[in-house]
Amino acid sequence: MYDTAKIMAGIIIFLSLITFPVWYNVVGGKAAYIPDLKIVTQEKQCVESTGYMRTNHMQLLNEWRNTVVREGNRVYVASNGKKYDMNLSRTCLKCHLNKADFCDKCHNYVEVTPTCFNCHVVPEERNS
Amino acid sequence: MKTDRRGFLKIGGIGILGFAARPLMDVLLKGDLVEASPEADALTGKRWAMAVNVNKCKEGCRDCIAACHSVHNVPDLGNPKDEVKWIWTEPYKKVFPEQEQEFSTRGNKPVVVLCNHCDNPPCVRVCPTKATFKRRDGIVMMDYHRCIGCRFCMAACPYGSRSLNWRDPRPFIKKINPDFPTRMRGVVEKCDFCGERIAKGLIPACVEACKEKALVFGNLKDSGAEVREVLRASHTIRRRPELGTGPQIYYLV
Ligand code: SF4
Ligand code: SF4
Ligand code: SF4
Repeated sequence: MYDTAKIMAGIIIFLSLITFPVWYNVVGGKAAYIPDLKIVTQEKQCVESTGYMRTNHMQLLNEWRNTVVREGNRVYVASNGKKYDMNLSRTCLKCHLNKADFCDKCHNYVEVTPTCFNCHVVPEERNS
Repeated sequence: MKTDRRGFLKIGGIGILGFAARPLMDVLLKGDLVEASPEADALTGKRWAMAVNVNKCKEGCRDCIAACHSVHNVPDLGNPKDEVKWIWTEPYKKVFPEQEQEFSTRGNKPVVVLCNHCDNPPCVRVCPTKATFKRRDGIVMMDYHRCIGCRFCMAACPYGSRSLNWRDPRPFIKKINPDFPTRMRGVVEKCDFCGERIAKGLIPACVEACKEKALVFGNLKDSGAEVREVLRASHTIRRRPELGTGPQIYYLV
């Protein structure tokens, strides 16, 4: 009377369809894939710890932008007391000079397209 | 007191009016609250300004323009309609329409013009996003991250000091200076008084490039500054000061 079997079958088909991308990646071995970033820095440490930079670089860069442009202050004092020029092209990209293998790989993976590089200039990428 | 529906609405209406009046009065009476209020350190602080000695300026020379446009990645679109300019020249009669003397020695020779970094800049007042703002040191600055390209500022600036990027400027920059960002389509730009160079203790690129020493840049609040000497020694005029914008580019004509 309630067509339980048909409804259940319908639900199962529906669920398997919408979760198809997940299954597809699991079967294809892509689920465990993480982007393989190439780190070719000269410095041993970034302006803050790696973990902090990994999760917060976008907030940090946003803060830098506001401090430099709106307040005219260009010096960043890191938590360890070291001073840095708040400059995307000069400070960040001096170390991460392989934008394609570092920034882009991760940004592509998580599908975010920051507009920073529409205006900020990437110094010529040196491959190593 | 008996409050009927009519009375209640009246009281409510007056209350709402009260709330609405405050911001309205702020806007009408004070213009830009943040930027226009005199700073506590106004007397001791810095106030950047420039003097232009029109008589020293060699005709046909474009050194200042070339220097500014190359360090700031100003595109050359090769067509006057889309032109982006930070510093350029205009015929004398256009720069000083009220000073027109038909038979003066000056004639109608070109005069160097740039953003006047006005004391009371109309471009700042009209910008809905505060992408254009005035710094404490007098520099009228652009925050390219915020500009939405509405061009209110272009309409408000009586000197035509601002340009809109109608097209993506990158392909039109001959040699990109990696130390300065380029802009993108739909963003307004103009002279920033070399804020990025001042921060490093350098004088503006146009002043540095002028071999004739026709441009003098300095702090108006420092009585020993060269720019003050120039202002003391000669009669100077400014562009259309009657508009009340308080331009800070002084011309020796
Ligand atoms: S010259 Fe024009 S753009 Fe420059 S501050 Fe004055 S009004 Fe604004
Ligand atoms: S064009 Fe940009 S700077 Fe000019 S008023 Fe609009 S938002 Fe402000
Ligand atoms: S002060 Fe700087 S930004 Fe302004 S015109 Fe001169 S070089 Fe260009």
